[in-house]
Amino acid sequence: MTDLPQHSEKKLGLVIDLDTCVGCHACVVACKGWNDQAYGAPLSDSEPYGADPSGAFLNRVHSYEVLPETGPAQHVHFPKSCLHCEDAPCVPVCPTGASYKRAEDGIVLVNEDACIGCGLCAWACPYGAREMDPSAGVMKKCTLCVDRIYNDALPEEDREPACVRTCPANARHFGDLGDPESAVSQLVAERGGIDLMPEQGTRPVNKYLPPRPRDGWGGDTDVLAPYLEPVAEEPEGFLGWLDRTLGKL
Amino acid sequence: MHPAKSIILFTTLSGLGFGLLVWLGLDPTPPTGWVAFVFFAVAYALALGGLAASSRHLRRPERALKAFSQWRSSWLSREAWGALLALSVMALYALLLLFGVAVLPLGWLGAALSLATVGATAMIYAQLKTVPRWHHWSTPALFLSLALTGGALLSGRVLAASLLLIVSGALQAWVWWDGDKRFARAGTTLSSATGLGERGTPRALFPPHTGSNYLLDEMVYVVGRRHAQKLRVIALLLMALLPLILLQLPLPHVFGLLALVSHTAGVLVSRWLFFAEAEHVVGLYYGRR
Repeated sequence: MTDLPQHSEKKLGLVIDLDTCVGCHACVVACKGWNDQAYGAPLSDSEPYGADPSGAFLNRVHSYEVLPETGPAQHVHFPKSCLHCEDAPCVPVCPTGASYKRAEDGIVLVNEDACIGCGLCAWACPYGAREMDPSAGVMKKCTLCVDRIYNDALPEEDREPACVRTCPANARHFGDLGDPESAVSQLVAERGGIDLMPEQGTRPVNKYLPPRPRDGWGGDTDVLAPYLEPVAEEPEGFLGWLDRTLGKL
Repeated sequence: MHPAKSIILFTTLSGLGFGLLVWLGLDPTPPTGWVAFVFFAVAYALALGGLAASSRHLRRPERALKAFSQWRSSWLSREAWGALLALSVMALYALLLLFGVAVLPLGWLGAALSLATVGATAMIYAQLKTVPRWHHWSTPALFLSLALTGGALLSGRVLAASLLLIVSGALQAWVWWDGDKRFARAGTTLSSATGLGERGTPRALFPPHTGSNYLLDEMVYVVGRRHAQKLRVIALLLMALLPLILLQLPLPHVFGLLALVSHTAGVLVSRWLFFAEAEHVVGLYYGRR
């Protein structure tokens, strides 16, 4: 049924740290790698080295520059995937019931066997989290690696989304955002985690940790700076005599 | 938004078809026999032709019947039910008219269902908060008034068509004027999209991928907007002004037909603009609209 669940106690989601993300795209590759062999139709990847490559991704890393009133610009890498919204606009628009949100853990999924590929859910999503698979003709989206996180066949440390598992900078965190005591909730509280596009009223579960302020231009640029000053400011010897003589002329 | 031919044809043709069904259903002295057959055949050809075009928009049309299941939450599903019910009721009404029996209440029911179908189509767009230009009461108002205008032209009602041409033309002009300001009014910006606004002015530095993707092809269609102002004038002339003049001329059958052709061409241009000019908020992530 495409009605949203009234309330989900458990709210599984991601916390993405914009301060530590280095923009390496490892999460993008890990996501594509896992999702072209597991849940649902494989994420297509047609003509990857040809003239007209096409395919679908569930996770993309944007890059932005933020220019403050004063001081240097800051470069922010910005990974973006499904935010598993509490008031997910992609769910009620679905005419077939293929798009749904699970009551037990809040994950938003697509039942691909019921998807007619109309694309309306992707239109309803403000974040661009859904992409139509060009080969399978069904809507693809982040599953929060539902086939990893509950998978007893995997070692325990691998029971988290592929993007979180692979992130070398530890910029991605996975957990229950419905539990205020969980590590991710504590992190959000401590760092002032924010919602994307709050005015759209989607109430996203995923949170973003804003980048910490950087040092400004003012003062010494480095503690080693004094040691880097030129050693011989005044010429000595013959060059010194020449310099003084020429200066008197 | 990408102006897909299938959806432009669908909304235009089925709008005309259901619009004609509304007038046929409300007619206190409906046509009977062969005249009724011709009128209903035209209406069904337009409505069904439009619906057939819409199925081309689906990537998995073989599963289209599943779209009837979610009428409680989805406007797309309600549209499917509306079309099925309107066409079924009107088919019964038409069948009885062929034998000279006019069951007027059945016609009223069919007319109401036809209007509801056009309304549901418009609500598919109007419900989308992500496209501020569409997320407005004027979207269903415009779809409904254009359907009624086309239906009045098709059923040869000169006075009603003339008045509706003025109303729908004026409404269309206002929708363009007001629609241009709705994105700014919605308040979604790159700052709110990234949450980086508090630290300064964010700017999209480079995209996540070198080529295009589904999001850019489907929702960040900016190609045709260059000629938007000229196309608006062309659309308004064809859909409202020219038919209005043609309707006042003698020989209603000849000029009425020309008025209909002109109006339909104008609505097609207007519908193309409806999609091509619509800006989806996801474009902000790419530094575009």
